[in-house]
Amino acid sequence: MKKVMMGNHALSYGAMLSRAQVISAYPITPQTQVVELLSEMCSDGTLNAQFIKVESEHSAMASCIGASVAGARTFTATSSQGLALMHEMLHWAGGGRHPIVMGNVNRSMAPGWSIWADQNDSLSQRDTGWMQFYCASNQEVVDTVIQAFKVAEALMIPAMVILDAFALSHTYEVVDVPDQGLVDKYLPPFKPAIKLTPADPRAFGGLTGAEHYMELRYKLETDMEKAPALIEETGREFGKIFGRDLGLVDPYRCDDADFIFVTSGTAGFTARVAVDELRKSGVKAGNLRIKVFRPFPFERVREVLGKVKKAAVVDRNCSYGAGGIFYQEVKSAIYGRPGMPPLIGYIAGLGGRDITTDSFKEIAADAMAKDRAEEEIVWIGVKK
Amino acid sequence: MVEIRFHGRGGQGTVVASKILADAIAKEDKWVQAYPEFGVERRGSPVVAFIRIDDKQIYDKSRIYTPDHVVVVDPTLVEAIDITEGLKPGGTIIINSDRRPEDFPFHGKFKVRTIDATAIAVKHKLGSLATPIVNTAIAGAVTKILGLARLESLAAAIRDGVPIKAEDNVKAATEAYEMA
Repeated sequence: MKKVMMGNHALSYGAMLSRAQVISAYPITPQTQVVELLSEMCSDGTLNAQFIKVESEHSAMASCIGASVAGARTFTATSSQGLALMHEMLHWAGGGRHPIVMGNVNRSMAPGWSIWADQNDSLSQRDTGWMQFYCASNQEVVDTVIQAFKVAEALMIPAMVILDAFALSHTYEVVDVPDQGLVDKYLPPFKPAIKLTPADPRAFGGLTGAEHYMELRYKLETDMEKAPALIEETGREFGKIFGRDLGLVDPYRCDDADFIFVTSGTAGFTARVAVDELRKSGVKAGNLRIKVFRPFPFERVREVLGKVKKAAVVDRNCSYGAGGIFYQEVKSAIYGRPGMPPLIGYIAGLGGRDITTDSFKEIAADAMAKDRAEEEIVWIGVKK
Repeated sequence: MVEIRFHGRGGQGTVVASKILADAIAKEDKWVQAYPEFGVERRGSPVVAFIRIDDKQIYDKSRIYTPDHVVVVDPTLVEAIDITEGLKPGGTIIINSDRRPEDFPFHGKFKVRTIDATAIAVKHKLGSLATPIVNTAIAGAVTKILGLARLESLAAAIRDGVPIKAEDNVKAATEAYEMA
């Protein structure tokens, strides 16, 4: 069934179709409609879930962890300052192996106070042991929530499904809503091997000395390393059922490209339009949209980069003192490998500043004029 | 690809109008994207909403700067702001007004069409006399003038998306569609 919906409601529908059993969330602009619709679905019986109201995002994530330990499929959503307030609990969910799925609307961190898009909120949480999926359309949001539960529960690793503020969260797009019966087939009920129940008392997250802690972390890393293959496998399975493959990366016209953009989020879709226009003017351009940031798809990135002459990594974020965060990851993906192209890092679109096809053409012109990788980070559209 | 910009004031249902139109257009198997100005809306202040329409999937996620058409839900905005900003030459401007197209200074440079959506809304008792809700009448006129969808698709979108007085809203949209 096709339906026009905003990105925030795409998250709500994803949680509903996944038959989330516990939802605990605190509203924050620009995420609020996610929670509003889910609370309506819970109250009118569309979704048979417990909705736990809380006084903060820290408590929201704490409630989700409790519900997940008790064996419930658990969903929440937040944004920016709310995600930052959850930080301690994010480590707890990741380290404790609680497969919660969370929607995060990418909103810039204050100050200056902002409700507009960039990725610094979610990328600041990269080391918390969560998978991170970056979406470029509302269709991808619905589909990815469903897939994220499947992967998260198989690996017992929580997952964030991430969408840009306003450009997706408040933008209405046509979404082919997956059939509930087919979703049920794809995503069977959550049945953890062990859970918190009075019939079988256990302690979770207890004091762990140096003789055991490192093994827990080793297992988290090695299980995270299984995620790329599992994301691709479950993505192909999703494609067989619903007609839309979900992968780690989305390469566009890269096979014969001299030059590519490396992008993420909605900018990764706008880049396609720029690629088509550049091709018309004789530039063999391409675009590699990175959909999954954690685990980082090193193999897939190398496969594409190995075929091109130059790449511009476009970041809607900044790790101050080190530049764009995707840029650093892409550099580390190709480190020490022969036949890899020069990379140039660009920062654009912070605080919701628009990233347009013209922004990409400016990046392409700058990158083509350079004959080697530059240490300097290039800022696009900054008033100087 | 067709790009349309809507000008209204917070509380008039401008964003809802764009959403209803998007629904109607999607019912005809086209691709559509609708979004409000990325910001904080306040009642009474100028608000902007946008629609992109295409026969194929829309990948451009940037904002609309050079629309093909402009819709003015609140006629007082014509004096308050430059509603023609970025409008492509020869583009259509649809204004909710009881005046004639030639009464507007940009008539000639652009195609101006007027529809008295306020009178239609009052007639069908939508909203109050002081603040009539004109968005479904506007949607009817825009659908017809720009050839966006069939009347049946718009009526279905209104029935799906308007929580109260759905049938009165369908009547208002139909009347505007037929007048336009």
